[in-house]
Formats: sequence, C-alpha cells, structure tokens
Amino acid sequence: MIIGEQKPIAEIWEMIKGYRRIIVFGCNSCVAVCHAGGIKQAEILASLLRMMAAQEGIEKNVEFLACERQCEPEFIMSQAETLKKQDLVLSIACGVGVNLVSALILDTPIFPGLNTEFYGAVPRAGVFEEVCAGCGNCILHLTGGICPIARCAKSILNGPCGGTNKGKCEISPDVDCAWYLIVERMKHLGTFERLFEIQPPKNWATSTHGGPRRVVIEYIAKLEETEEKKGQGGRSR
Amino acid sequence: MSTVSKTTNEEVASVVEKPHDTRASFNPNIIAFACHYCAFAAADLAGVMRLTYPTGVKVIRIPCTGKLDHSYVLRAFEQGVDGVFVAGCLVGQCHFLEGNVNAGKRVGHLKKLLESVRIDPARLEMYNLSGSQGPRWAEICIEFTERIRMLGPSPIRIAKEEKNRGKRCDNL
Repeated sequence: MIIGEQKPIAEIWEMIKGYRRIIVFGCNSCVAVCHAGGIKQAEILASLLRMMAAQEGIEKNVEFLACERQCEPEFIMSQAETLKKQDLVLSIACGVGVNLVSALILDTPIFPGLNTEFYGAVPRAGVFEEVCAGCGNCILHLTGGICPIARCAKSILNGPCGGTNKGKCEISPDVDCAWYLIVERMKHLGTFERLFEIQPPKNWATSTHGGPRRVVIEYIAKLEETEEKKGQGGRSR
Repeated sequence: MSTVSKTTNEEVASVVEKPHDTRASFNPNIIAFACHYCAFAAADLAGVMRLTYPTGVKVIRIPCTGKLDHSYVLRAFEQGVDGVFVAGCLVGQCHFLEGNVNAGKRVGHLKKLLESVRIDPARLEMYNLSGSQGPRWAEICIEFTERIRMLGPSPIRIAKEEKNRGKRCDNL
C-alpha cells in the first residue's frame, strides 16, 4: 500500500492562495487507509481551507470530491466534468494520482495536497512502516521474507554491518536491524546456512536508477488496441 | 474535568488567534453535542431542577458521542460558532462500550486541526458526566461559556461580521 501524509495547512494555503474555485480531490484507496487522502480527509481539508479563507477575508469556493482510484483513467474521467470547471484541483491522492489527473485534465492545474512517502505495511492501527522499496528485483526468498533493501539503512545484501547493536540499527534505537531479523528468521526456518552464500552486487537498473519503469502485458494491451480500432470503425462494442 | 485558567487562555489566544477586543456584552454562541444517554439526560434534569445556565448554549442530541463526526464540529466553527463542547458518558459507562473514548480521541485530533487554521483549540472541549448529574451540566455550561467569553468571539465570526458591515456600508 502507498503511504502518504498530508502537507501542512500553511504550505497548502500558500499553494492555493491565488485560486478562487478549488476542489479537494480525494482517492479512496491506499491513502484513504492511511487517513491522509480519502473522502473523509478531503471533506476535512476543504472545511479547514474555507475557514482560512474566511479569516483572511478572501472569497473562495472550496468543495470536495473523491473517486475510488486516482491511478486509473476510468475513475478520474467519471468526475472529469466537475474537475474541468475548477480553477484548481488539489489532489490528495499519492503522486501517481496527481500525475494521472494532470495528464487527463489538461486545462486545470493539479496541485498535490499530500507528500507521498513509501510502500508500507500497517502493523497496527495508525502505524505505517516501510517494508518494500520497489527495487524491481526481489530477493526476499534469500532473506527469510525480510527486505534488506527497504529495511536496512544501508540496503546491504551481505549483512549485518558493524553498526548493529543488540538487534537495533545504529541510526536509531527505534529501528530494528534488518539483518538481525533476517538471521533470526533464517535460524527459525532452519535455513541459516544459505546466508553463507555471498550475494553479488545488485543490478540497480531495475530500480529508479534506470529511469521511469514500465510494465506492459502484451495480450491485454493488444486487446485494448483492437477494441479501440473497432470502436473507431463505428462498430458497437 | 479540564479547566483552563484565564491567563492561559489569554496567552494561548494571543499566540494562535489574531488579537481582538473582548466585548463586555459579548454573549458566546456555543454548540453542545450531547449524548442521548447521559449528557442530554443531565441537561433535561438540569431543566427539571430549574437550574439556570447561559442561554448561548445550544444543545444537539446525538445517539452516542461516538457518532460525532469531524465535519459536525468543523462545520459549526465554519459557520462562526464561538465554542463547541462534546459531552459524553463517564469513561467505562458508554452504552456502546467505547463511543465516548473514541470521541475523546477525535476531539484531541480536532483541536490540532483547529490550531492549524489559527483557531484556539481551547474553543473545543470534551466533558464526561452521567445522566444524574444535572447540576454538573449547568456547571459545565457556565464554566465553558466563561472560558469562551475570555477568549472573545471566534475569528471567523469577527471576519464574517466585518464582511457584513462592509456590505452594508457599500449599500448605503
């Protein structure tokens, strides 16, 4: 799940100051689960911005709206008419949503109301932890299901480093040493010996170091293309 | 019961809100969200006992304080209400087990939200009382009204009044 955190109100206010007709556009998927960008948060943020405007004596029309997923065009396009009528869309989806709305709603500026943080798990209500870095080359089978790329501060593949201290990382006593967890887990599974195999340097080209990534499932993409052509030929789908 | 001294209120208000003149004749407009099972019954009892409390307190009955939504409180402040308090059952006595505890957490979160838009968080409070505490209801109303009187009108109310005054002048 993508974890996001709402930007401070003062920062949002600075961004939207010059616009009159604004809509706070929420996303009811990941960011709704982390209490940052769902319809509920959109309603709250719109109300807070209206209060700021009232105090500043500025005329502003701030409404709110949400769709199921801002990372898919069909959900955005179902709200397109409303979005196009605004001076500004303040999207409180993750960065993916902001990018896609910008690509689809061309004549209206789309601003982010959230800081997109990481891919996270929810170990307990209200707590979100980074457990995957999305590096594009998964090695969890070698590390007992614990990712050293995301959870080790140095992302080392043959750990632990000298900074491990009673199961905690040297960066903070609140952070678990990922390699301590890996060793303990591998011992528990009876596969500890596997850790003696030295891992070669990782190919980071599959991560963001190789530029923006793209996955295409050919048979689905081709099917869509054919359907579109049929549609253009005047045949009903 | 939480109380905020006059000095603290004034100090907080001077930091969070824009300074303003507190009018002696100022009658605070207060919304009280009261739980059907306790605070509302206490308010009823206060009436039966013929206890007097400030007329500026308008009571809204909710089935449980757990029903309190962020938007109820925010909308009230948006409309220019000077203060809001939420009154639920005593801790451990909620008819729905923990609605009052959840409301307490929500009020805590709302206080932070209000502060972020320069509204003094002391304008919002959570109280716990039982249905038999009619005198306590009257006491809460008096105490909270006094607190809001010290803080003065809500900055949104001031802005709205100024705006209306401006409109009236334009019409002359």
